[in-house]
Amino acid sequence: MSMTTDLGAARPGGAPLVAARALIARKRRLALAVPVLVLAYLVYVFFAFDVPGLVQRANMDNARILVADSYSHKVHVTRDARAGEMVYAVEGENKGSYPEGTMPAWVSGGFDDTVIDLGGGHVVRFLPERRVEYDVPGVGLIRIDRVDGGIVAQFPGYAPGESPDWASVSDSRVAITTEAGRLSVTRSKDEVFRYFMGWELFWFTLDSPYHGRSPGEILFGPQIDPARGNIAGAVADFTGNPMWRHADVFWAIGETVLMAFLGTFGAAVIALPLAFLAAKNFAPVVALRFAVRRVFDFVRGVDGLIWTIILSRAFGPGPLTGALAILITDTGSFGKSFSEVLENVDGRQIEGVQSTGAKPLQRYRFGVIPQVTPILLSQILYYFESNTRSATIIGAITGGGIGLFLTQAIQTQKDWEEVTYYIVLIVLMVMVMDTVSGWLRRKLIKGDGSGH
Amino acid sequence: MSDLTASRAPGVSQSLSRTSDSYLRMVRARRLYSGLMIALFVIAMILGFRIVEGRSAGGFMDGLPQILDFPASLVTEAWEKRANLPGYFVEFFPALIETINIAAVSTLLGAALGLGLSLVSTRGLAPFPRLIPVFRRIMDILRAFPEIVIALVLIFILGGGPVPAMIAIALHTAGALGKLFSEVAENVDLKPVEGLHSVGANWWQRMLLGVVPQVAPNYLSYALMRFEINIRASAILGFVGAGGIGYELRNAMTFGTGRFDISAAIFILLFLTIVFFDQLSSYFRNRLVHGVQR
Repeated sequence: MSMTTDLGAARPGGAPLVAARALIARKRRLALAVPVLVLAYLVYVFFAFDVPGLVQRANMDNARILVADSYSHKVHVTRDARAGEMVYAVEGENKGSYPEGTMPAWVSGGFDDTVIDLGGGHVVRFLPERRVEYDVPGVGLIRIDRVDGGIVAQFPGYAPGESPDWASVSDSRVAITTEAGRLSVTRSKDEVFRYFMGWELFWFTLDSPYHGRSPGEILFGPQIDPARGNIAGAVADFTGNPMWRHADVFWAIGETVLMAFLGTFGAAVIALPLAFLAAKNFAPVVALRFAVRRVFDFVRGVDGLIWTIILSRAFGPGPLTGALAILITDTGSFGKSFSEVLENVDGRQIEGVQSTGAKPLQRYRFGVIPQVTPILLSQILYYFESNTRSATIIGAITGGGIGLFLTQAIQTQKDWEEVTYYIVLIVLMVMVMDTVSGWLRRKLIKGDGSGH
Repeated sequence: MSDLTASRAPGVSQSLSRTSDSYLRMVRARRLYSGLMIALFVIAMILGFRIVEGRSAGGFMDGLPQILDFPASLVTEAWEKRANLPGYFVEFFPALIETINIAAVSTLLGAALGLGLSLVSTRGLAPFPRLIPVFRRIMDILRAFPEIVIALVLIFILGGGPVPAMIAIALHTAGALGKLFSEVAENVDLKPVEGLHSVGANWWQRMLLGVVPQVAPNYLSYALMRFEINIRASAILGFVGAGGIGYELRNAMTFGTGRFDISAAIFILLFLTIVFFDQLSSYFRNRLVHGVQR
């Protein structure tokens, strides 16, 4: 150490060496300080956001329901004692119920002698006097009876009144969950749920004649519904599916894209002339340029959220509010970036056009616009793509497009298969927009020939 | 030169006229195309506007006169009760801090994840070159998820609060920054990396000492830009139930007429915050870019 210092002192380059060493020491301190500061900040946020409390409050049952629901569905078999009837329905929904007189293939019998085969040897029987039996392989026959208005369950190998931990038993309700399905017995009804993979009735509901037919049958087979042609009928029944509402969902996706389209391109049309006023080399009056810039800054600073709230007061809920909110916010962003592009424009081309005696408007048209068009279009396309995402969010607030469908489905807290469907569609929509706009932008920049 | 053109004048003038003819034809065709494109665009705008108007509760022309009603009542009420505003600023300051914290943490975590993703998906730097397409797809998917989707689902599981918003924004940020970062990393000078490799540095050391110093200014500048965007995103997510100033704003909006001074106070806070961080980040970004040029 002392030797190097001596060397440095002896040479004429001693001062640079000392300076370099000081620089390295400073950088080393910085390299240590930054991670320490970041870590300290994260620790602060960890407690400010109450992460430990959150872990306790987190509802893992909700997570399980959500995940299971997103890829599977259940069919309810219900013996309704009050109405005195059997109901077979997908997800227990009215729209998914089996037509009168039909039932799933794994169920047989009627009100007093139903046999439900849950698969894997699991069999549930609904017997007279509302007795219910569940035959679980490896466990034995579970008997559930009504005694004096209460419900009594007898599990094989357990004393009366005792139950294993996969069942919950009380005086008014017995619930048994196995790997094959779920049985729930209450005062008013006996219900069995059987789980299946996949989304239920995604193509056709049970009342459609095309339900359960293969694509080959529909496309090439004999006419199924005498009133309609196969393909036309299948398309009508698919888009009109009352459970999934495909036609409405596709409309909503289109509406979201439309909101982004109108907002982005409307903003561009408004911002372009204003950008000339705000660009240093085109502004006619300095005061006007300053004022226009401040307007751009203000509009950008107010932010889409506040614009959405203000506009929804005037235009009510719906996609119009969303489109206008995007339009106003992006007028500010476009105004700023367009004027920056115009300030960097090549003056020689304008002079060339001017030397041929062109008037101001012609100078802009032939000297400026051809230069900036590829850059501006590429910026507009980039915003269009990111605005499809914003339109989803704004739609959730103002009630338009796929964002509305998404929030509604999440609020029901049970239609997670629909939520998954919407999420898949939204992600696909954004990725398609991303690909198309990326492809167009690359073409524009290449066609421009300036080698960006 | 003049001799040459003089002796071959007829041929030249012929080819010149042919050239100018074909040039004019090309210009005319191009003008026709751009004219058609503009016409199509105008039709699409008008049609789209009609459709959107038809599917909305209120019409454009009906709403236009009312557009200033709400801001006007907001301003008058805020002016009448201007003595209350400082109190509200103090009251909602913690919520504002929460919104900024959500944005800051999600930018930090998202940038860290994006940094990792960018390095493993850049040719020449990736430790597993075969997995590059996989990591790119992961970034595409992360980028495609709008924050609100993840936030709403997480709110269902974790309950309302800042953490769902933070996770949602961080994931989106990771995808968005990962893409920008890997574009920067593609242009990195590989000589320091090779030099480090030759002295036996492992992958982590090569990245940390060979790549990160080269890309740090650009990465920081992108991350700052993202921070600006994330403040806006975190305010919006608050509005759908994720805490912070957005949540307070939604509550204030439900109070309705007579309590608009609260909404006005929150509007002002939010506006000032966004402008402040825009200015701050553009100042630092300018410094970073100029630092690179020197």
